[in-house]
Amino acid sequence: MTAPHENETQSYNGLVSTHDAATPGVPAIELERASVQIGRRPIWSDVSIRMEPGEFVALLGGNGSGKSTLLKVVLGALPLSSGTVSVLGRPAGAANRAIGYLPQRRSFDEGTRLRGSDIVRLGLDGDRWGVPLPLAWGRPGARRRAARTRVGEVIELVGARPYAQRPIGELSGGEQQRLLIAQALVRRPELLLLDEPLDSLDLPTQAAVAALVHDVCHREGVAVLLVAHDVNPLLPYIDRVVYLAGGHAVEGPVEQVITSETLTELHGLPVEVLKASDGRLVVVGQPEAPAHHHDRHEGALADAGIHAHAP
Amino acid sequence: MQGSTLMPPDSANPTLGWNLGRDLGEVLEYHFMVNALLAGAIVAVMAAVVGWLMVLRREAFAGHTLSMMAFPGASGAALIGIPAAWGYFAFCGVGALAIGRFSGTRRRSLREQSASIGAVQASALALGFLFVSLYGGVLGDLESLLFGNILAISDGQVLVLAAAALGVMVALALLARPLLFASVDPDVASARGVPVRALATGFLLLLGLAVAATSQITGPLLVFALLVAPAASAQLLTARPMLSLALTILLGLLIVWLGMGVAYFSVYPAGFFIAAIAFSVYLLARVLAALHGRRGARAPAAGTPPRVQTVA
Repeated sequence: MTAPHENETQSYNGLVSTHDAATPGVPAIELERASVQIGRRPIWSDVSIRMEPGEFVALLGGNGSGKSTLLKVVLGALPLSSGTVSVLGRPAGAANRAIGYLPQRRSFDEGTRLRGSDIVRLGLDGDRWGVPLPLAWGRPGARRRAARTRVGEVIELVGARPYAQRPIGELSGGEQQRLLIAQALVRRPELLLLDEPLDSLDLPTQAAVAALVHDVCHREGVAVLLVAHDVNPLLPYIDRVVYLAGGHAVEGPVEQVITSETLTELHGLPVEVLKASDGRLVVVGQPEAPAHHHDRHEGALADAGIHAHAP
Repeated sequence: MQGSTLMPPDSANPTLGWNLGRDLGEVLEYHFMVNALLAGAIVAVMAAVVGWLMVLRREAFAGHTLSMMAFPGASGAALIGIPAAWGYFAFCGVGALAIGRFSGTRRRSLREQSASIGAVQASALALGFLFVSLYGGVLGDLESLLFGNILAISDGQVLVLAAAALGVMVALALLARPLLFASVDPDVASARGVPVRALATGFLLLLGLAVAATSQITGPLLVFALLVAPAASAQLLTARPMLSLALTILLGLLIVWLGMGVAYFSVYPAGFFIAAIAFSVYLLARVLAALHGRRGARAPAAGTPPRVQTVA
């Protein structure tokens, strides 16, 4: 990852319409009977998932169910203890250049005095050694223009143009999230991994970001795996869900996975799924995360085992 | 302190006249003054570039701690009888490694690790104190140790400074993009394979080198003026990285040259003027930023479309 990459120039010289879609038939992510443990602690086991190119899949599950762990496995940052994983037809980790990754809980504090467009630009070539392009000599201008064009395109794509030139620290959570999605997209990935991009956004912004991701997924032909706590903002947009609980996973369409039967079986505890008149799903009786997962607790509702949002 | 100790013996009593050109000519006739302006310029540029990244990375406390390394550095050098500059460089290097080491294994932890940086600083100062008492005698020229001796720079020192500055600038140019990436966005940078931890330590070493070199001009107590003020001011004024960096360098040069120029025609030390001008520049930048912010807060409603369209 550290050496200069020759093929990159081409990949951002092209224009947005010429996105070369992933090879048809090769799944974006394929896990077969995969198990993971951190230290001696098993996180999940016997998980089989197949995600097609261009699909929009939500990865759901409670605190500590191993959602972020799954993303790390896909990125090749965590080895499987058994089973196999392939990403874009290659071993995990080998295809990272074709993955746009948005980590969990990232925001820029007020003092960060760089523009939103600079943050997007770093996503394009920030891992290359040497001075930023504006100071580079040789091949004057062409590459710099290509880079600037690409950054402009992707900012336009996420609708962040009105505020992309403002310091990123001054932007709202939703505005920052759009720019971070732009950053993840700027290298034309074939797969987007978004770790809780809706977290800590208000409900209208959650809906808008979900719609944006859906739009990007279809227009750019990118497969998207989006980690979320709550499926409701995503309901109109996702193709399928992967639900992690009790050390196992179920995948399928929402109406097959988020049901009382499936979730009861997965959790091994009685769980009830209620459907509100407007189509939103309310899951009642979801067990607490195991005690050793102290990383995050989302407030009273989740603590009470109720996983839903009031309007 | 006595202002006269910093005045060169051969400049009798310069006074600022109405003819600025003639006054400038007078200043440049003295070799020590040319050396001072040259060394000041080198230091200003290096401190500006390093300081710009330091401010962006929120490592001002680490920078301050490294500048304090001059005390054990100089006293340790006096103790074993080597030039003070060597002591500066050695202790700044060790200090940089110590801060990098103690900043822990957690990612992006450095800015949260003020306690461990403080511990490094305290122990370094204690070590300096020990060296002084072991040395027995009075540490010669304590004033120039603390505040530098900007008007007594030798040709050799100018060369050493230039070499240090060149090394720091070349290293920063090579590291520029990954370092910037790791500074503002460590999570994604590290997912992209940027060696965030190694860069953090590498930057601290460069910072130590720059601080050690700058200390010899301004003294460790005033290093901050040149490391922090230009960068902090420029970053307040613009968020465009290249413009902000260029502005930092300009402000650094302005502060150093103006401070020296004023000091030449005054009985007070250059370090005071440099620090005072630096602080004034920072204050002015704050005022400008605040004025701009207030105007910006009133204006943008017209040009900004609704930020988020509700879909649900």
